[in-house]
Amino acid sequence: MIEVQHLTKRYGDLTAVSDISFTVASGQILGFLGPNGSGKTTTMRVITGFMPATGGTVKVAGFDIFDESFEARKRIGYLPENPPLYNDMTVATYLRFVARIKGMHRTDIPDALDRALTRCGLTKVTDRVTGHLSKGFRQRVSLAQAIIHNPEVLVLDEPTVGLDPQQIIEIRALIRELAGHHTVVLSTHILPEVAQVCEKVVIISAGRVVMEDMLANLTQGQTLEEVFLKAISQEESPDRTQKSETVEVTS
Amino acid sequence: MRNIFTIVGKELRSYFVSPVAYVVLTGFLLLGGWFFFNLLSRFNLLLSLYLQAQGQEAVNRFNLNDYVIGPLMHNLAIVLVILVPMITMRAYAEERKGGTYELLLTSPVRTGEIVLGKFLASFLFIAIMIGLTLIYPAILVAFGNPEFGIMASGYLGLLLLATVFVAVGLLTSSFTENQIIAAVSGLVATLLLYVIGWPAETAGDVLGPLLRYLSVTEHFAEMVRGIIDTRALIYFASLITLALFLTQRSVESLRWR
Repeated sequence: MIEVQHLTKRYGDLTAVSDISFTVASGQILGFLGPNGSGKTTTMRVITGFMPATGGTVKVAGFDIFDESFEARKRIGYLPENPPLYNDMTVATYLRFVARIKGMHRTDIPDALDRALTRCGLTKVTDRVTGHLSKGFRQRVSLAQAIIHNPEVLVLDEPTVGLDPQQIIEIRALIRELAGHHTVVLSTHILPEVAQVCEKVVIISAGRVVMEDMLANLTQGQTLEEVFLKAISQEESPDRTQKSETVEVTS
Repeated sequence: MRNIFTIVGKELRSYFVSPVAYVVLTGFLLLGGWFFFNLLSRFNLLLSLYLQAQGQEAVNRFNLNDYVIGPLMHNLAIVLVILVPMITMRAYAEERKGGTYELLLTSPVRTGEIVLGKFLASFLFIAIMIGLTLIYPAILVAFGNPEFGIMASGYLGLLLLATVFVAVGLLTSSFTENQIIAAVSGLVATLLLYVIGWPAETAGDVLGPLLRYLSVTEHFAEMVRGIIDTRALIYFASLITLALFLTQRSVESLRWR
């Protein structure tokens, strides 16, 4: 469903992401892990078509994100790190607007709106202004925004940051529920979250993929924390140009 | 096309659900009313003075167009220089600050559609604002006999001038995520367009006419006098197009940072 091949992204002289490749199968939840500043957000921004890659290709649902950008973008729901809300709109107005710019037909919107509101537990705040909502609700509205057009692919950038434990549990349950209908890329550095929610794990460090495997294979006899620390410490050699063949960890 | 309307709807709504629109409209009408009242009472005074001193003959030289409507247009233009950048400042700066540009730029919408949508919305808002001041000429038509063609030409000029300011204000808003910077740089730009012709008389044979052509005031003043020159129309159209094009580039460049 998502194919990332040899993706490289440079900002001027700074290489944020260097030659990373991974795939996500249809209906799978991918845990996309890495320390802060390792290139997670950059990768997600390329996958969602926000910014073009310096090199390499990304295909979403069979469409190249650069060459057939609109077809690909219609099939992606994106939850950025900061909730992309207009603070002066009500929840319903906002979601209707998003549905429109995602290319939904006018007649399909009422049903889609109801479904998104129900799924994200927003039925009680439908007519509230988003700027007045609590952080947890704002996060839910953002999630509703990402799923309203029923995209095949969901890209979620740290969806549980700043939420209280109850909200975190709810959001995780929601994400698990979404899998099956959607292919999900979940970026986070909360490892238990990955252990609970994801089937597959990609760990990146300093802009490179240092591990890609099914969760079940990784955690045989060791915790995900151990796997994660081992994977990123291998990459912490000062010479960043050094190729990392060694990291194809056997299961 | 559909996307453009969606953006226009969203932008117009955000003007009118916040107090911004009402404060701006009230302020503009308040100032306009004050100018109108002043000009009219001064016209009245002049008329009675001349009637006493020089008789009916001299009074015939006075007309409402030159003494009330013309100056009113020029006064409103100065208010627009200041007000328009404040109306447009949030257009892009707020999207960048609030992170919503990520939503827009990852949606199947062309950057040009976003730019046109925002431009049309601000244009409509300004048109409503200027449209509301039609009450002043309407009063003159009801109680006097101003020349209609000159008035229409003046209003077209005012609308074009405001549209140029809108396009320029949106451009400066697209440069920054700070609304104050957007407003101040927009104000500098609109004011510069307003005064750029001032040194024209002393600037020599080459630079002088050029500065005069670049000045928004020159073309506007002609239209207030009732002259609609194609050169002026081309000037307004090309300035608006240029500003919109640069805005499109500026928004698109967000992807490359």
